[in-house]
Amino acid sequence: MSDTHIGSRNNPAKSEGAKWKEARVVSIGKAASNVMGIRFAVPGWPGHKAGQHVDVRLTAPGGYMAERSYSIANAPRDAGASGEPYDVELGVELLEDGEVSPYLWQLKPGDAIELRGPIGGHFIWDTAMPDPLVLVAGGAGMVPLMSMLRIHMDSLNGREAGREAVFIISLRTIDRLLYADELADMQKKDKDLKIVITLTENAPADWAGYSKRIDAEMFEKELGRLKGSMPDIYVCGPTKFVEAAAGLLVALGFNTHSIRTERFGG
Amino acid sequence: MIINEGFKPKRKANEKLPPGQYEETGFPVLSLGPTPKIDLGEWRLVVDGLVEKELSWDWKEFAALPAEDVTKDIHCVTKWSKFDTKWRGVPLDHIMDLAGVSPEATHLIAHSYDGYSTNIPIEDIRAGGPGKAGSQAWVAYLYDGKPLEAEHGGPARLLVPHLYFWKSAKWLKRLEFVKGDKPGFWETRGYHNYGDPWKEQRYTND
Ligand SMILES: Cc1cc2nc3c(=O)[nH]c(=O)nc-3n(C[C@H](O)[C@H](O)[C@H](O)COP(=O)(O)OP(=O)(O)OC[C@H]3O[C@@H](n4cnc5c(N)ncnc54)[C@H](O)[C@@H]3O)c2cc1C
Repeated sequence: MSDTHIGSRNNPAKSEGAKWKEARVVSIGKAASNVMGIRFAVPGWPGHKAGQHVDVRLTAPGGYMAERSYSIANAPRDAGASGEPYDVELGVELLEDGEVSPYLWQLKPGDAIELRGPIGGHFIWDTAMPDPLVLVAGGAGMVPLMSMLRIHMDSLNGREAGREAVFIISLRTIDRLLYADELADMQKKDKDLKIVITLTENAPADWAGYSKRIDAEMFEKELGRLKGSMPDIYVCGPTKFVEAAAGLLVALGFNTHSIRTERFGG
Repeated sequence: MIINEGFKPKRKANEKLPPGQYEETGFPVLSLGPTPKIDLGEWRLVVDGLVEKELSWDWKEFAALPAEDVTKDIHCVTKWSKFDTKWRGVPLDHIMDLAGVSPEATHLIAHSYDGYSTNIPIEDIRAGGPGKAGSQAWVAYLYDGKPLEAEHGGPARLLVPHLYFWKSAKWLKRLEFVKGDKPGFWETRGYHNYGDPWKEQRYTND
């Protein structure tokens, strides 16, 4: 796949991205047992593309500043679609000893932080891209992929099918699944979407999905049929997971240039 | 500016840290796609563009070039910095002398095995630039005394530690010297064209 259709030159948001903006919490609640969903109203938000991220900046009373990156979970069109309007939704995993994530977890509606963005011109997807869509997430790596799946669902416009899409999700335990109800709903509405979940620890006795780390057998079974159809592939999660998943995809025969990766660190 | 009441720093401020960075003791990985695995038997490094003499080394020839051991702080645009990383590499200055880079050349375009490219002004890779003694940039192939691992850019990567680390192209394949700038992969995707961490030049308009 060429990158020409996703270059930042046609990103209308580019020039806005550089400025720090005030983001006010509209709502905050668990997206999974270990991930907080936080929705912000950001005056002057220029819109974003699925897959992009923001930089968040916190300033302590003494002037000390900390910056971290967080992916955007919402479809650009979610803003104002239902309930209280918001521009940016994040999904923040709690790292107990972390500096920034515990602070973001205790935010309350009305609180403000600074952020800037949207950022990123490679790990992005648009419904105008014609090929099948493969999403592979480790844990909170689901966040930017959810933005893609959300614009995909919007693009179906009530149709039950339209684009073959596979979402492979690897989690330690099922309580760590983000957006569980919404995913179940999507699965019902879209006949061409397949959501595959694998649990790497303590799978329940009645668990019908996979219970192992991602491996060649799983990828062959779930993705092998797409080999001839040049899917656009997005892989996101902790570094080790991304390395493993991208390696499996290349070994399976997918074109290196069709695989885009985002590493969260860890 | 917003003051975040109740936000308590857990890390110490450190004058070695550029703005917006935090210290990392591990070595995270950042790249645009899968890690290419390049066999040493097939590896080559090409030097071309505005040069008197095009060069092309296989691994044995390259490893025989004079190299330097350096200890440098590195700064990734995704916010982590790592102090005192130890590398061995061939100074770019030496490579430029061997190839006879034309005085007309203004930029180095580094090309990688995965199709990645990045642009760097010549004065940022020449030894003894303004206020800078010694080499500023290397083609590195040992990290911490060991062969550079594939996920960190092995067999050989560029090392330009005074710029954000995306300029230090991994899986280096070709050094092209050109007249006039030619923004590379991230530089045409929203990231800053020059990338000075001390000026926090992360994104296009910073
Ligand atoms: C482009 C990009 C997008 C990101 N998107 C998200 C997102 O959507 N949701 C999200 O929760 N995080 C995301 N991250 C990670 C995020 O930026 C922070 O690194 C993370 O929240 C930890 O920050 P902290 O201040 O709480 O911990 P820190 O004070 O930085 O310390 C945490 C320590 O744990 C390690 N660590 C860092 N990240 C992880 C990790 N993911 N897992 C395990 N250990 C880790 C670090 O090495 C560090 O030593 C993203 C990172 C990048 C680069």
